[in-house]
Amino acid sequence: MKERRKIRVLIAKPGLDGHDRGAKVVARALRDAGMEVIYSGLRQTPEMIVETAIQEDVDVIGLSILSGAHLPLFSRLGELTREQGLDRVLIVAGGIIPDEDMPAVREMGIRAVFGPGSSTTDIVDFVLSNAPQDKG
Amino acid sequence: MDLAQRLLDGDRRAAARLITLIENGADGVELELKQIYPHTGQAHIVGITGPPGAGKSTLVSALARELRGRGKTVGIIAVDPTSPFTGGALLGDRIRMQELSTDSGVFIRSMASRGALGGLSRATADAVKVLDAFGCNVILVETVGAGQGEVDIARAAHSTIVVEVPGMGDEIQAIKAGILEIADVFAVNKADKAGAERTVMELEMMLQMNTRPGAWFPLIVKTVATSNKGIAELADALEKHLRYLRDSGELEQRLRANTLRELVDAAKEEFIGELWAELSQRDLATLTQSMLDHHLDPRSAAKELVRKFRNGS
Repeated sequence: MKERRKIRVLIAKPGLDGHDRGAKVVARALRDAGMEVIYSGLRQTPEMIVETAIQEDVDVIGLSILSGAHLPLFSRLGELTREQGLDRVLIVAGGIIPDEDMPAVREMGIRAVFGPGSSTTDIVDFVLSNAPQDKG
Repeated sequence: MDLAQRLLDGDRRAAARLITLIENGADGVELELKQIYPHTGQAHIVGITGPPGAGKSTLVSALARELRGRGKTVGIIAVDPTSPFTGGALLGDRIRMQELSTDSGVFIRSMASRGALGGLSRATADAVKVLDAFGCNVILVETVGAGQGEVDIARAAHSTIVVEVPGMGDEIQAIKAGILEIADVFAVNKADKAGAERTVMELEMMLQMNTRPGAWFPLIVKTVATSNKGIAELADALEKHLRYLRDSGELEQRLRANTLRELVDAAKEEFIGELWAELSQRDLATLTQSMLDHHLDPRSAAKELVRKFRNGS
């Protein structure tokens, strides 16, 4: 009577910008790919995002950010996820992140960045092939 | 990996992982549940149901804040529907619960219904046990947006809040059977909208027609969850209901009935599991063919199947 294992994803909007259209489109695409997507709403602090990821036991965190404050926010998020032992969680980002920031962003534990013009198919494929597989 | 022990020691990640394993029907989860069972039975389990958009999540959030103010720890399980087509789900109840997300006295878990009808998921009852053993004083279980027949929550909870909003249907809706019958407390939410008084009145009229002597008379509380109005009264109503359950002996009766139902359900599952493991595929095929040929009706075929199982064939 086993259920097929579901991928659980948290879609979160760190920081202060109020534009969540992109986040909602991605949430919908992941849902349509059969995943369970938790959308936690606007203006989340890194602390809120990490605590939510723990309680919801997600496999993936998707961060949507357009405000330009990605470096400090991602850096704090990286710290917190390491502190809380969430190393297995796949973290990806979307939104406006300049090319010159990419190396730093990767360094902070963000495995992929999907900028403007990314297709939802690419995002779904990336998540499907990179989500951790170690849960019962 | 002794999740149960870590959970009992207060490890939030263990609680979260155990709920995942329950949802996935993972191997070994029965052993963990066995370990936590002696530590359950402490929490006040409250169900919150009502139509989509009535404000259930906002109400749960406001109620949780009120309960925190009264020194209680709170567990929240929020169920949203699974897509029947893709198996995916968008779980959005947390959007209304943001300010609770860093309160260490609150544990929130979103669950997808995964095909179960009745407003809950199959794993909900066990997830409630996890939060109970984890030490939550009150557990709020929010169902999927429910219509008229989603009444499972009344069996899973001690107290059930049915959330109504003004302007949804006339008094005929109020005398239909189903969801309105399971309310211990009604929250008429969005009570700042026109028609709230009328909704309250219609509920009152319905209740006056229904009461059995000596039974609990459901309370009606007007709320505006977004501005915290009526939330203290709602918490009071829940406390009053719990006191009533205890003093009248109804709590014990209910628990006994629910426990018996749980045992029967579990026994059915055990039995079906055994039946499935033992059955010969040939018998199954033969009986299916007899039914297809309309020689044998389903009930007689099933009896035949059980007879063969008993004889160990």
